[in-house]
Amino acid sequence: MSALPQTDNQTAGERAAARRLNLRDAGWLAAPAVLLLAAVLVYPLAIIVLRSFTEPEPGLQNYIWFFGSSVNMAVLQRTFVLSGWVTLASLICAYPYAYAMTVVGKNLRLILILCVLVPFWLSGVVRTLAWVILLQDSGVINSFLRGLGLSPVKLIRTQLGVVIGMTQVLLPFMILPIYSVMKGIDTRLLQAARSLGAKPWRAFLQIYVPLSLPGIYAGAIIVFILSLGFYITPALLGGPRSTMLSSLVQNQVLSLLNWGRGGAMGVVLLVATFILLAIAAPLMRQKHTQTRREK
Amino acid sequence: MNATNKSAGASIDIRKASKRYGKFVALRDLDLSIRPGEFMTLLGPSGSGKTTTLNLIAGFTEVSSGSLEIGGKSVLGLPSHKRNIGVVFQHYALFPHMSVGRNVAYPLTLRGISGAEREGKVRHALDMVKMADFAHRYPNELSGGQQQRVALARALVFDPPLLLMDEPLGALDKKLREWLQLEIKRIHRELGTTFVYVTHDQEEALVLSDRIAVFNGGQVEQIGTGRELYDNPATLFVGRFIGESTVLRGKADIVGGDTVVSIAGTKIVASGKISGQAAPVILLRPERAVLHRPGTGVVDGENRLSGIVEEAIYVGSGSKYDIRLKDGTTAVVRSPLGAPEFAIGDTAEIVFRPGDVTLLADDASADITLT
Repeated sequence: MSALPQTDNQTAGERAAARRLNLRDAGWLAAPAVLLLAAVLVYPLAIIVLRSFTEPEPGLQNYIWFFGSSVNMAVLQRTFVLSGWVTLASLICAYPYAYAMTVVGKNLRLILILCVLVPFWLSGVVRTLAWVILLQDSGVINSFLRGLGLSPVKLIRTQLGVVIGMTQVLLPFMILPIYSVMKGIDTRLLQAARSLGAKPWRAFLQIYVPLSLPGIYAGAIIVFILSLGFYITPALLGGPRSTMLSSLVQNQVLSLLNWGRGGAMGVVLLVATFILLAIAAPLMRQKHTQTRREK
Repeated sequence: MNATNKSAGASIDIRKASKRYGKFVALRDLDLSIRPGEFMTLLGPSGSGKTTTLNLIAGFTEVSSGSLEIGGKSVLGLPSHKRNIGVVFQHYALFPHMSVGRNVAYPLTLRGISGAEREGKVRHALDMVKMADFAHRYPNELSGGQQQRVALARALVFDPPLLLMDEPLGALDKKLREWLQLEIKRIHRELGTTFVYVTHDQEEALVLSDRIAVFNGGQVEQIGTGRELYDNPATLFVGRFIGESTVLRGKADIVGGDTVVSIAGTKIVASGKISGQAAPVILLRPERAVLHRPGTGVVDGENRLSGIVEEAIYVGSGSKYDIRLKDGTTAVVRSPLGAPEFAIGDTAEIVFRPGDVTLLADDASADITLT
C-alpha cells in the first residue's frame, strides 16, 4: 500500500503555537490592569503584611497569638469546612443548571442566563436580608412547614442557614465557568459513544463529565476562595457558633483597632488560599481536555 | 482481521421507510436492500436523504413509518447502543480526553473485554489503519487524516457486522482523500464487513463501491454498479449526477421506432424511444463523440452537430473541448490523442452514432437540484 502523502494537515497544537504572541509584544495590553492591581491591591496588602509583623512591636507575637488560641483555630477550621460545604452545594445546584442552559432553545436560555445574572446585580446585603426574612423562626419557610403540620426548623443563626445563604449568593460564580466549558463540548461525541455501545448515562459520565471538569475546577476554586473571605452573609445569617474568620478580622481591626492581629489573620487566610491554589493548579492544567466544535 | 477470521457482514432491508420532520419530508417511501459484505455508497446532493438514511440505520433517528431490518431482524425501536454497528463521522468524533489507545479500547471496555485480549485487539485495529505508533498520542496532536484513521480503527475494533461512514473524508484535502479511499477499500476487502458509505462526491463513489444508490429528493432514483449508472442511467438526474454529460433538448418525433430530435435546426437520431408522457432528451457522454472539421469524414447514419470551440484543454490522455451549439447549449467532448485538434474559435462538428447516446425523460427538477 502506498505511503502517506506529504501534504498532511497541521495538528491543532501547531496551529495554536503559530497564533501565540510573545510577552514583549503583548505585555502592554495588560499594562492598565497591572497598574490598577498594583495601586489598589499590592500596595495595601504589603502594608497589612508589614503591620502584622510590626504592631504593636516587631516580632511574631501576632502569629503566636493566632495559632495559640483554640477559638481562633476552631474558627479557621470552621471557615474551611463551611466553604467546602458551600462549594459542594453550589456544584450540585450549578451542574444540572448549566447543563440545562446548553440544551434548551435560544429564548429559554436567555431566561436562564437572566435568572443567574439578576441576583448578581443586586447587592449581597439585599440578598442576605431577603434570606433573613425567609429563614427566620417566624419566616416563610417555617410558616410553610407549620402549615404542613411539620415542626419548624432552626435555620437562622445556624451553619445550615449560612451555607444556604452563601450558596445562593455565590451560585453564579459556579454556574458561569461550568456553562462556558459545557457550551464548548461537542455533544456529537455522546452520539459517537452510543454508537460504540455506551448506554446514554454511561456516555454522559465517561465522556461529558470528564470534558466538563475544567469548568468544575474553575468554579469550585472561585467559590471556595470567595467563601473563605465572605463577611456579610455569615455575619447576618450566622450565630456565634457559625462565626467565620472574616468576622474575627473585622472585630480585631474595627472594634479593637488591633491592626497587627487582624493583619496576621488575613495573611494566614491568604497563605492558605495560595497553598490550595498550588494544589488545584495541576488539575486545571489538563492538556488535552480542550474541545471545540468545528464549523 | 485477516482472511481466516472474516466476519460475516450483515444485510440491510429498508421497506417503505419515510421520515418527516414537521412538514419537511426527508425520506419518502424508501426501499433499499444491501447485501451482506457489500460496499454500498449512498450518493446524492445535500438534502437528498442519504444522511437521514444512515442515521436511521445507526439508530440516531427513528422512521416515521416503514420497516428496517439489519441481518434479517427488525431494529425498529432498538437504541443505537444495542445495534452493534460501527459508525465513522465526518467530524472524527474522537474523545479528546482519551489517548488514541484508550479511544480504540473504549468499545471493548463497554463490552467487558479487558487485559491482554483488549490490548491485542487495540493493537490489531491500529495496525490495520497504520496508526500503531500513535497509541499514546492525544487526538489534538494528530492531523485530520490521522484522526479519521483512528476513528476507523475504533469503529471496527469490536468486529461489528456493519460499518457506517458519513462523508468520512469530507474535511480532508484531495491527495489524502484519494490515499484513504484506497485504504478503506483494502480494509473492506480484508474484513468482509458490510460497509455503507455516504458521500456527495460521485468520483469517490465510483472508486469505492460495489453498488451505488443515487438519492434525490428523499428517494432512491437508481441502484447499480458504477458502470450501470454511467452507461444506463434510469433518470436524467442520475445521468447528470454520475460523470460528465451533455443534455440535448429539442422537438422530438418517433420515426420508424427511433427518436428524432431537432436540435438547433439539425435532426439528431437516437436509437429507441422512451415510454411515458414526458418529452425525451438526449444524454451524450463526452468520450462517446468525436470531433471532425466541417464536412470531413462523413459516414452515412452518423449524427453531426456543428458548433464553435469555446474552450480547449489538453488533459494528457487527449483533449477536452467545450463546444457551443447554435441553440446556446454547451456540449462537452473528450477526444483521444491522435484525433484532430482544434483551437478556440474553430468550427467543429460533433459526430456520434444513434446508439451511442441515452434517451431519457426530461425532468426540469434535475437541473434545479444540480445547480
